[in-house]
Amino acid sequence: MLISNWIKIGLLVVTASLHLFANATVLPEERADVLYHEYDGDGIKISGPSVLVRKNFLDKISVSANHYVDTITSASIDVRSFGSPYEEERTQQSIGVDLLNEKSIISFSYTNSSENDYEANTYYFGISQDFFGSMTNVSLGFAIGDDEIRATGNEELAEKMDRQNYRLSISQILTKKLIMGINIETVTEEGYLQNPYRKSRFIVGGSTQFRDEVYPRTKTSDAVSIRLKYHLPYRAAVHTEFRYYSDSWDIDARNIEFGYTHPLEEYPLSFEVKYRFYSQNEAEFFYDSIIGDQSPTEFHGRDKELSEYESTTYGVGVRWDFLPDGWGFLERASVSLNYDLIEFTYESFRDATQSDAGDGGDYVVGKEPFFEFDANVIRFFFTAVY
Amino acid sequence: MNFIKLLTIFAMINLAGCAIKPWVKPYERSYLADPVMSFDPDPVSSSYMHHVYQAREGAKGAEGGGGGGCGCN
Repeated sequence: MLISNWIKIGLLVVTASLHLFANATVLPEERADVLYHEYDGDGIKISGPSVLVRKNFLDKISVSANHYVDTITSASIDVRSFGSPYEEERTQQSIGVDLLNEKSIISFSYTNSSENDYEANTYYFGISQDFFGSMTNVSLGFAIGDDEIRATGNEELAEKMDRQNYRLSISQILTKKLIMGINIETVTEEGYLQNPYRKSRFIVGGSTQFRDEVYPRTKTSDAVSIRLKYHLPYRAAVHTEFRYYSDSWDIDARNIEFGYTHPLEEYPLSFEVKYRFYSQNEAEFFYDSIIGDQSPTEFHGRDKELSEYESTTYGVGVRWDFLPDGWGFLERASVSLNYDLIEFTYESFRDATQSDAGDGGDYVVGKEPFFEFDANVIRFFFTAVY
Repeated sequence: MNFIKLLTIFAMINLAGCAIKPWVKPYERSYLADPVMSFDPDPVSSSYMHHVYQAREGAKGAEGGGGGGCGCN
């Protein structure tokens, strides 16, 4: 059965059963988070703040707002192969409203993402409901987005892309210490789906030519994930997650994650460790290099995100609850530091900078080593719950 | 045909719902109510990590949480 049919079933369950098995539910807690993020990998540095504030009114309405900034300096493998280093900034603003209507929560949000060559608007609607003595929570979400794509140095490029997301989420209490979450999401995209700065590599007469990629103008993807979390003694917890993804470009991907959180209440500190493994196969129109003047297929692309590869994440984190019992109007406050090392290992995307085809490298074109790099990700944030 | 299937499954879920009694009572949920058991204890932090992965992986979706789409190239 198609995933979209499951979402229709979920919609029927939520709408028709709304009054039958419903139980009391509550709004999200009021809080403020100020985060500094930093990503450093493959010659790309991205950093900036993210501020999230949530305030409730009349026990019925919850309003949240998020301001997020990416400051980017890039000399990535694509830039090193055929482009020029660049700097840019992306800002993202979101505002959301959650309405508690007797026994359900209805959510709306709007997000705008803006950079000098890309503008995106996303509108979200969701409904959430508890069932079966609050042992089950079902939520449905729908998002629609429209993006405008331009390219620095190519004034003629003015393209659009439309997105639609359909989501079904189920949270289920299994035992006194075990909870499960299931998420299903279908995404449809139509329009200009490629990156105007990425290029396909043609080998013509022994020399390398980088030419514009040609992508399909539609894409449909399905993703399903299951999460489990178990409460251990000493207020510790373990969790695991598995996700499977498949799309109409023939990319199949899967990732699995394990995590452990361990508190030291006497200080009061909390430590966490995480392991995540991701792998995918290549898209049907991915070519690391095309020999000759003509692509063997109508579409061709060389984005490394379309290639076959794996990534492994090792994460550690520490949280200090410096106001565990509150102070004034604050219920509690904490400061957290997380570090993740992500290792990317490509299995069909080669390092074109090492080619001898006019690039001064030591390897025959098409026989260069496969590309790989490590990324360091830091999150440092302050949280106040009030 | 699909509509009949949907109606059948819907009816089964509803009938099952009538029969289901919560096997974990509200007063037995103290462990589950512990903040350490939240799937998403820090939305601002997890949403950033989803963005990191979405920008560098072919797969996206079913991460849990609200909102949608990062709009970035």
